[in-house]
This record gives sequence, structure tokens and C-alpha cells, in this order.
Amino acid sequence: MATWLARRLVQALFVVLAMTVIVFIGVNVIGNPIDILISPEADQAERLRAIAALGLDKPLWQQYLVFLGGTLHGDFGRSFVYNEPAMRIIMQRFPATLELAFTAVLISIVIGIPAGLYAGLRPNGFLARTLMAGSILGFSLPSFWVGLMLILVFAVQLGVLPSGGRGITTTVLGVQWSFLTIDGLRHMILPAVNLSLFNISLILRLTRAGVREALPSDYVRFARAKGLSPARVIGVHVMKNIMIPVITVLGLELGTTIAFSVVTESIFAWPGVGKLIIDSINLLDRPIIVTFLMLIVLLFVFINLLVDVIYTALDPRVRLEEQG
Amino acid sequence: MSAPVATKLPREESPLRRLATDFAQSKLAVAGLAILVLIVAIAVIAPLISPQNPYDLAQLDIMDGRLPPRSKASDGVLTFWLGTDDQGRDMFSGIMYGLRISLFVGAGSALIAGIIGSTLGLVAAYARGRVENTIMRLVDLQLSFPSILVALMIIQLLGKGIGNVMLALILVEWAYYARTARGSALAERKREYIEAAECLALSKARVIFRHLLPNCMPPLIVVGTFQMARAIALEATLSFLGLGVPVTEPSLGLLIANGYQYMLSGKYWISFYPGIALLLTIVAINLVGDQLRDVLNPKLRRA
Repeated sequence: MATWLARRLVQALFVVLAMTVIVFIGVNVIGNPIDILISPEADQAERLRAIAALGLDKPLWQQYLVFLGGTLHGDFGRSFVYNEPAMRIIMQRFPATLELAFTAVLISIVIGIPAGLYAGLRPNGFLARTLMAGSILGFSLPSFWVGLMLILVFAVQLGVLPSGGRGITTTVLGVQWSFLTIDGLRHMILPAVNLSLFNISLILRLTRAGVREALPSDYVRFARAKGLSPARVIGVHVMKNIMIPVITVLGLELGTTIAFSVVTESIFAWPGVGKLIIDSINLLDRPIIVTFLMLIVLLFVFINLLVDVIYTALDPRVRLEEQG
Repeated sequence: MSAPVATKLPREESPLRRLATDFAQSKLAVAGLAILVLIVAIAVIAPLISPQNPYDLAQLDIMDGRLPPRSKASDGVLTFWLGTDDQGRDMFSGIMYGLRISLFVGAGSALIAGIIGSTLGLVAAYARGRVENTIMRLVDLQLSFPSILVALMIIQLLGKGIGNVMLALILVEWAYYARTARGSALAERKREYIEAAECLALSKARVIFRHLLPNCMPPLIVVGTFQMARAIALEATLSFLGLGVPVTEPSLGLLIANGYQYMLSGKYWISFYPGIALLLTIVAINLVGDQLRDVLNPKLRRA
């Protein structure tokens, strides 16, 4: 276990290092930062001075080491647009994104699991078939289009929900939150539902498959034979076994949900990291983009590592395979 | 006299015909296929049938801008059945041309990613050892990052444009093909015909591409259909965010983005109809893919 963990850690470290190289090359070699940073009217001496000041006259590997050093300190330079450290700007926006992503995951649990249970218990019913067909749509429709339709129906036609923004926020622990005010919640409904549709479909299908698999199994028949109420058989015995894959997938999907909030935030003008990134790409605000990319890489490498470790710890089959 | 030999052999069905009969069992899938054929046909012959060339600025009249569906053009000749956008462009023609871009980018990237991914997957399964390990680690790495982020990264590093969007889509998709190809190739390479081919001392490339590949095709075709739908959706998303195709050649996603700002004021048609076209395309491809998966799976084939 210890050697496996060490090997896995080294692997993760290499992935992060490889990503820093890719991002560095992308930012400093393919796109020339001088063209962006120095006004075209500057004369030759001024250009050279700026190049020296930015350290761009050094050989490439030295520049890379400087970049790497900055990365280790979380220092990615100042945003061109906001003229503040890029890291601070992103951290200011991050709570809004987290709030949205967590709400979306919560919605997908609250809707997906009961719907999946129902579809698994009555697989041939009309409602179950509709749910399954709907989940295919949830998988395949581009989420930006669904978001637009939500705005069109609920904000424009019916006028019952706001089309964008965070609404009134309250400050707790120095951070602004929307979910503590009625107005904030109203603003959150559409983007959160939009973001959760994919996960709802996923959880619905997982739960349904789990129920279908569990129902004919011995332990369910035994529980029934023991005279337990159907509610208890489903609610306790079946649920316990379904939850393992559902929780795994939810953990994995949290990262993806944060990633896809890029799209949802842009549509609903939700002031989180996703919207910041799209704006920054359009404004060529490189420090912000680099910070975002590095943070996301770290986040995903960490999530993958965590899942691997938990799997290995929980499932003896995986453990044996790794060692064997 | 000996017993008469059975004179009537059961008629041998050609594989293609059997595939067609199996496919036709689902009415929904046939409907999907019909819609898909129609959409592709419209996209291919768009320049011949569209009422207007949306790229030709001389044909546009700014006075016709943002007209609701079924309005007449100011010159009285054209009827805008689906309305016009802010430039006075006929939405119906715009959608026809937009479909061309969307389908080209989607199908093109799915095809190229398929070729690259399948080759790597087959090589991994055939070579085993270190080569397989390296390729599959790369696949794992690729699959652990969400598609939208990979695409954003590529666009950010290389810039916008059709070529870069396709490159991003290929990079997002190849891993799915590689995983599928390796999976089915691992099962196939234990079969006798591969052993026979190896005994004939055929070159490795010949064994892989002439013997292994054809037998791994069915699952790859299924993955290909779904990946094409995904590619079209992702391209539309990128274009919607303003990070995809250039404004001069709008795809469906960009058409939707152009109408987004007018939607809040009730001018829904600029976004709505391209959205319907996108939706129909994606759903049709998925319906076809779903049925293909059942038809091509030998385990589910009727006896």
C-alpha cells in the first residue's frame, strides 16, 4: 500500500509538472507576451528595457524555472485588466462557483435518486419510460441550449424567475453568499437546475441500474422473507448497496460540474470563476488564465488521486490487482 | 429411393440486409435516420436551395433586421419564414449554412479522432507491454479532464478558428476510440484467425489493419456516432461562448449566440430556430447510434 501510494503520488506530481510545461510553452512561446504587454508605439530601447524587466531576455529554461517558482508560491502575476494579483481575483470569485456547483449536485441527488428508484421499481411504467427517455436528452443536449430555453420560458415568457446575476447576497465569514436570502435563492434556481441536468440523468440511470440489479438478489429476497416492510427493504437494504457507485460518481462529477459552470455562468451572468475565465480569454488577460488552468489541473489531479486511494482502501480486489 | 435431399436451403440473408431489417425494428430509430438524412441533404445542397446567401452582404438589407417569422422583406420578394437576425439575414438560409459548418466540424473531427484513436488503441492491444501502458496512461489522463476544459485550453493557447476548434475536438475525443478499440482488440487477438495470420508471417501492420481492425469495427462505429453528436454539441458550446468558429462563417452555435442578447426582449426566433436545428441534429444522431449499438451487438442479435 505504501509503495503503491508513493508511486501514485509521483505519477500525480509528473502530471502536474507536465501541465506546467504545456501551459508555459503555450503562454510564452506560442503567444508572445511582449506583443500584448508593450504598446506598439514603443521604440527599440524601450522594448529592450521592458523585455529585460520581464525577464524575457533569459534563456527559455531559466524563464521556465522562474515561472515554476512563482507557481509554487501561488504567484502567477498581476491581472492586466484588474491590476491585482491573479490569484486573489480568482479566489474572490470562487465561492460563487462553489455555491452553484454544490447546489447543482444537491439538486441532482434530491431529484435523481427518487426518480431512479421509481424507474427501477416500475421499469415498464409510462412514467419510468418517460424518465429514461428524458435522461437521454439530459445527456445529449448541449447545456447552453437548455439554459437558454430555461431563460426563455421562465424569465421571458412567464417572468417568474430572474434571468441572471446573483441577487442579494449576505456576507458570512467575509464571503458573499446567495443561498441565504430569498432573492439570492430565486437567482440560483435556473442556473443550478441547468447545471444539474446532466448529473440528474447520470444519477437516475445509476440508481435505476442498481435497483434492477439488487431486486432479484438473495439478500433482498431474504429481507422480504423475514417480513420486513417494502419501505425498509428498499430504503435500507437496497439503498445501502446503491449508494456506493452513486457517491463515487458524484465525487468525480463535482470537478466536472465546476468545469461546466463555465458555460452556465456565462449564460446566467453568474459572477463566478467560469464567467471570469471566458471574459479573460476574450480580453487576453493571461495571468488569470494561467492561474485558472493550473488550479484546475491541481484540482483534477487531486480528485483522481483521492478516488484512486479511496477505491484501493475500500475494495480488496483493486488492491490485489495493483500489487499482483 | 433415398430420402430427398432438402432442396430448399434457407435463403441466405446478406449481412447488410439483415442489418437494415434489424435497424428498422425501432420506429424511433428510423425516424431519427430519416431526419438525419434530411439534415445532411439540406446541409450539402444549401447553396442551391437556400432563399438567400447569408454570407453575401450585398443581398442583406439592414432595414430587414430582426423581423419576426413570416414577415415580408422590404423589397417584397422574399418571405422570411423564420424571421431575420440583426443584420437582416434570413434565419432559414442562415441555419442551412450553419448546419454545413456544424456538420463539417463535427463529422470531420469525429472521423480524424476515430482514425488516430483506433490506431493507437489497436497498437496498444497488439503490442502489449510498455507501449500499451504508455498509451493507456495517456488515455486515462485525457479522460480524467472534462472535455470543455481541454477545449478551452486549446483555444486559449492556439486561438480561435475552425482548424483549432477541430484540433480541440480531436484531442478531446481520441481517447474514447482508443479505449474502445483496445477493449475489443484484446478480445479479438486471442482468436484463431489472428493466430493464423501471424503464422503466415504477415507484417504487423497488415495483421492489425487488415485482420484485427475489421473485426473491431462495430463498437467503433457506435462510439463514432455518439462522438459525432458530442463534437457538434461541444463546437456549438464553444462558438456560443465566442471561442469557436469565426463570425464570418457562423455555425449553429454562433447563430444562437447572436440572438442571445435579443432573447430577453422577446425576439426569440434568432436563437430559437438555430437551437431547434441543433437539437434535431443531436437527437437524430443519438437515436441512430442507440439503435446501431443494439443491432451491431452480436449478443443481442436475434437467433
